[in-house]
Amino acid sequence: MAEKLLNWDEVLIGAAIKEPGNSRQYETGSWRVERPVWNPDTCIQCMFCWVYCPDSAILVDENGKMAGVNYTFCKGCGICVEQCPSKPKSLKMILEAEAKGKSEEELRKEVFSEDK
Amino acid sequence: MALLNELAKKKEGLVSGHRLCPGCTHSVIMRQVFAVAETDKYDIVVAAATGCFEVSTGLYPYTSWNVPWIHTAFENAASTISGVEAMYRALKKKGKLNKEIRFIAVASDGGTYDIGLQALSGAIERGHQFLYICNDNNAYQNTGNQRSSATPFAGSTTTSPNGKVKFGKEQPRKDIVSIIEGHHLPYTAQASPSNWRDLMNKIKKALDINGPTYINVLEPCTTGWGFPPHMAIEIAQLAVDTCVWPLYEVIKGKVVINYKPKKKLPVTEYLKPQKRFAHLFKKGNEHLIEEFQKQVDAHWEWLLKREECGIEYGV
Repeated sequence: MAEKLLNWDEVLIGAAIKEPGNSRQYETGSWRVERPVWNPDTCIQCMFCWVYCPDSAILVDENGKMAGVNYTFCKGCGICVEQCPSKPKSLKMILEAEAKGKSEEELRKEVFSEDK
Repeated sequence: MALLNELAKKKEGLVSGHRLCPGCTHSVIMRQVFAVAETDKYDIVVAAATGCFEVSTGLYPYTSWNVPWIHTAFENAASTISGVEAMYRALKKKGKLNKEIRFIAVASDGGTYDIGLQALSGAIERGHQFLYICNDNNAYQNTGNQRSSATPFAGSTTTSPNGKVKFGKEQPRKDIVSIIEGHHLPYTAQASPSNWRDLMNKIKKALDINGPTYINVLEPCTTGWGFPPHMAIEIAQLAVDTCVWPLYEVIKGKVVINYKPKKKLPVTEYLKPQKRFAHLFKKGNEHLIEEFQKQVDAHWEWLLKREECGIEYGV
């Protein structure tokens, strides 16, 4: 949330917002019940997860390649997992409670232990 | 068109932090629009009608838009954008502005099919250069799933509930594309976020046209339609594969169908995962599914025949 609400005389005319895209200050990742875990070894870089992500929460590197999931904003809807076409799937959902306190690397090993 | 890797490098027009439900496809559609818009050649200005998308991306003091965005009221997204466009043309004529700008109005079915229809019709008739995108989620989902004229036959909503007497909405949905097409505008299309390449092609075509254009996009609503959030894109795909939501465009009156499913699935495939149609699968309601299928088939056949005719307007 904004640190302090604006006074009536501080609000711009027409309730204009000066800073574009400032909703990035609001973290929607806390809504998540499940989280997607990414396996770069089986990922085929089709970018379907990126094109279908409702929250722009797929990280993209400078070459336009998938580079992980942004857990600050990911709401855990699971569309990326559903649409992942690689076999075996390079994205899998796990419960947020199970992910607690574990590093991304640990989670990856745990979730994808059966896949290569 | 460029590969997705190329498009992914671009700056996002709609950023994270908006408060749409998890699994909502409103933002998926808009992200695909921004991905294909040639933002290096022109700037984009967006006007929005009231609806889920407006309230969750423009929650004061936050905005999720990286482009100039304006909201006035429910019914006048089209009037707002035509005013902005008229001002742009006037300033350009006077030499006070020499930027290229494209104008987009975004609304849901409530702000297009019902409340905003008059404003939209007027704006198209006046011939402003703008693209109107209708994210059709089949009801007033922002206020909690009330029936609109886009709600399909037999769909259960809070104002057309199913029960002992009624079976949901009794009327078929409004064919908005035909209504808009009646304005004889240069380009009208229907698209779905599941077929992103098709949607992007249509957006690109529409943005390059000098005149009013309209695109109707299916927007599966996880909360209102009652399906798990991860199925959103799958539902959109099923709508396309069952021909409930045909992908087609109308260019100067000529119909072009962009996608013909190899095997047309029965509508039950589309209806089954959705809670709003759950009552159709109860015993004694088989005739409703038959009626639904009949309506879908009739519309599909009509489109196929129109495509076969291939007649353009004489203008």
